[in-house]
Amino acid sequence: MKLRVNPIKCDAHGLCAELLPEWIRLDEWGYPIINEAQIPRELEAHARRAADACPTLALLLTRD
Amino acid sequence: MSTASVDIALPRLLTGLSQPGMARLARHLDVHGSLPAPAALDGPALIELAERAKLRGRGGARFPAAIKMRAVRASRGRAIVVANGCESEPMSAKDALLLAELPHLVLDGAALAARAVGAEHVIVAYEGRRGSDSRQSLEHALKERRAAGVDSVRFELFAAAETFLTGQETSLVSQINGGEPRPTFIPPRPTQRGVRRRPTLVQNVETLAHLALIARHGAGWYGAVGTDDEPGSTLVTVLGAVNAPGVYEIECGTALESLLAAAGGLRGAIAGLLIGGYFGSWLPAGVVAELAVCDASLARHDAALGCGVLIALPSGACPVAETVRVAIYLATETANQCGPCVHGSAAIARTLHAIAEGSAAPGALADLGRWTQSLPGRGACHLPDGLAHFVSTALRTFPAAFDDHARHGPCESCGAPALLHIPAPSRPR
Repeated sequence: MKLRVNPIKCDAHGLCAELLPEWIRLDEWGYPIINEAQIPRELEAHARRAADACPTLALLLTRD
Repeated sequence: MSTASVDIALPRLLTGLSQPGMARLARHLDVHGSLPAPAALDGPALIELAERAKLRGRGGARFPAAIKMRAVRASRGRAIVVANGCESEPMSAKDALLLAELPHLVLDGAALAARAVGAEHVIVAYEGRRGSDSRQSLEHALKERRAAGVDSVRFELFAAAETFLTGQETSLVSQINGGEPRPTFIPPRPTQRGVRRRPTLVQNVETLAHLALIARHGAGWYGAVGTDDEPGSTLVTVLGAVNAPGVYEIECGTALESLLAAAGGLRGAIAGLLIGGYFGSWLPAGVVAELAVCDASLARHDAALGCGVLIALPSGACPVAETVRVAIYLATETANQCGPCVHGSAAIARTLHAIAEGSAAPGALADLGRWTQSLPGRGACHLPDGLAHFVSTALRTFPAAFDDHARHGPCESCGAPALLHIPAPSRPR
């Protein structure tokens, strides 16, 4: 699994970086910079929680 | 602008251009002959042919045409073809040349692309204001084709907006669907769901023109020039400090020195080169002798041919002033959709401007380095990537000039007329 953001939807709420700091950090304007690698199994549940928490539904879990 | 060929086997696309009349159907058919009938070359066979020819898109990304066509053919629903003549790259002239002077080659290619993907409808998109010659030429060409009954597909013309992002694939689809000229998020790809929610093949007009000749003469003929990985010929727009700027058809892999010689030779010493247009790369003058005009050679210098624009910067010009103007232009052409692009592009342009003025805060160059690294891949389209690459290659190629401006402000050459053209804003901001 990988994480991806839809940058058109993203509004820089920043919840994702709070919920998944191991994988997501914020740039100086508050927009996420996401690790593009495969998410390790132990983080998958946290990644799903972060995606669900995004107020604009901009954070996407993909299967590739 | 002049047009000429470099190689003995060329020109191909530009055949007959030196005499008038190629825009007329009768002359076009005299020179190139008619297209093979569907019975002799059906859709799947055409895709296979494009694959064997290793035909790559000429809009900038150089994506294999056969992969796109196959994806559209495999999608459910009635397919549609968009011939993309929206160059939007301010320095490129090849697509407008094709539409204005060789419309039948483009329309042949578009009809073949429709055959390849099983479409009955082709939309030919050109740029509104800049494309007025294109419109006239296309209207006339379509009238001739209707009278002669050469096509089994229906053609429609579409006047696209004139913004830098107008020809970006999803942005063009959005406009045709009645929306803004703004990129959309992928997925869905236009090959899955594009114009009128149908599977859509968007292909650059030069790519289509190549397809028109490959269908007539075969993949072996196409690959008789060029390199193994990048067969065939390609159109380049050569500008700046050369004696005969213009659109040239060259064999892929031609030595850069031969291309410059074909363009009349350099007009004196140069400070550097911009290859690939405003999404392209600055390179130092010293690499000219070792470069070939193909992606394999350019990649070794972190460059790509992109839309085929090549600009020689004369040594009297200021690379800082040229870079700043383009960076500001690109930053204002953001579609204003993606945060990293909106904020990052503006920050880069603002900081570069401050450096050029000699008023930048300490650390400005470090800021630029960080932003150009963190921006790529973070927008819905590649505008942030292109801007970041354009700026980082400028910083790398002309470090002394940027350092000098940061310390002392504008140089003597800063006031010289701009070489890199910045289109006037065409929409209210």
